[in-house]
Amino acid sequence: MTVQDYQAEPAYNFAYLDEQTKRMIRRAILKGLAVPGYQVPFASREMPMPYGWGTGGVQVSAAVLTPDDRFKVIDQGADDTTHAVSIRSFFERTAGVETTTKTALASVIQTRHRIPEAALTEDQILVYQVPIPEPLRFLEPRESETRKMHSLEEYGLMHVKLYEDISRHGHIATSYAYPVRVEGRYVMDPSPIPKFDNPKLDDCPAIQLFGAGREQRIYALPPYTKSVSLDFEDHPFDPSKAAHPCGLCGAEDSYLDEVILDDKGGRLFVCSDTDYCEERQAQGHRGKDAA
Amino acid sequence: MDMLALEGGFADPARTAAHAFRAVMAAMARPGTLQQIAGARPPAPLSPAAGAVLLTLCDADTPVHLAGAADCPALRDWIAFHTGAPITGPADCAFAVGAWDALLPLNAYPIGTAEYPDRSATLIVEMPKLTATGTPLRGPGIKDRAALSLPDPESCAANAALYPLGLDFVFTCGDTVAALPRSTEVL
Repeated sequence: MTVQDYQAEPAYNFAYLDEQTKRMIRRAILKGLAVPGYQVPFASREMPMPYGWGTGGVQVSAAVLTPDDRFKVIDQGADDTTHAVSIRSFFERTAGVETTTKTALASVIQTRHRIPEAALTEDQILVYQVPIPEPLRFLEPRESETRKMHSLEEYGLMHVKLYEDISRHGHIATSYAYPVRVEGRYVMDPSPIPKFDNPKLDDCPAIQLFGAGREQRIYALPPYTKSVSLDFEDHPFDPSKAAHPCGLCGAEDSYLDEVILDDKGGRLFVCSDTDYCEERQAQGHRGKDAA
Repeated sequence: MDMLALEGGFADPARTAAHAFRAVMAAMARPGTLQQIAGARPPAPLSPAAGAVLLTLCDADTPVHLAGAADCPALRDWIAFHTGAPITGPADCAFAVGAWDALLPLNAYPIGTAEYPDRSATLIVEMPKLTATGTPLRGPGIKDRAALSLPDPESCAANAALYPLGLDFVFTCGDTVAALPRSTEVL
């Protein structure tokens, strides 16, 4: 990494948002932590990026960042996508925070659709970008109804959905945004992370915050919160992954992306977490496709 | 309004509030831990910690209830100048500040509704002493067990029994802050 001058541009308030907005978001975060899994409404602001680019996560990050933080952004596990690069530089410019691509060195990690492979610590905060926070939304389009269902703990419909998966496909075919029950109370959408990542939500030492900008919801999991993936006794939850090792680093325990190499069926399975893969390669691990 | 009310705010509001919020968030996310919070110098009888919590979270959108000795002209002026928060009674406040006995009874505060459990009050309780010992706690944010010197474990347990409704407590003493969200089981 080149030496940079981590100074926020003076025309911006620290971390872009005005203080009143940050206070509003901070109050929502605290209520979210007090009622784990419950979606707290908040007055989401327009951000200088389109909805779908992580405006919810960006607002939550802006409300929690301090000048002493080291910030990392991943998009589907990758540090080097347009999305991750632009959000990282957004906070470099507006908050003057140091940024990193190393999971272990980051104090705040904003993520789109993955949980890092490296185990998180008590000193870290994981901020999820959430497109649709309501796990029941595709089963019941009316907000007034889903709100009532949450208040009455009426989650039968979600089990029916998973059951219909089984009757149609022979197994639970939901493979991402797999619903979890938080502390035996609220059913929560963990954002579109692969179900492979669901076990990492449970009993995690880090604070996990979820921000949905367009849908104006914030929710949270305090550290060491119980979150159980919904399943049936005869169809237990299965955090499946592709049955291959990573082609570059040989890891057998990581979530893999499938990359099509040519039109003759050539394909490469590679860690979706770029930092994890690079770290392993630096340690000398090699997969079968490594150059 | 005397000059005292104009002083004691955050010197660098954005950055100081960011640090103060992280202390409050750490306290709320990890019940039973003590966090240091700084930056505010409120008039007596408010502690610097309680002052910092108010400056970090309160503004014109959050009615504040001042209980007992905290309800004094100096503090009203200070809160009015630095936060603009309206002062109200316990029934419709978002935040309440004061000593435990002055804040009672707890059933005077909003505990949220079944559909909006977030619409509940946060009580900032000024404590003569605050240590991570005493009443054992269990629940989200706690690895195995934690402990906190709660003023009245029984009322706190009754509050936790209302989950997902209920009040959230922030305990302050000097420059130390701790918290007890409604999700914490008081053993």
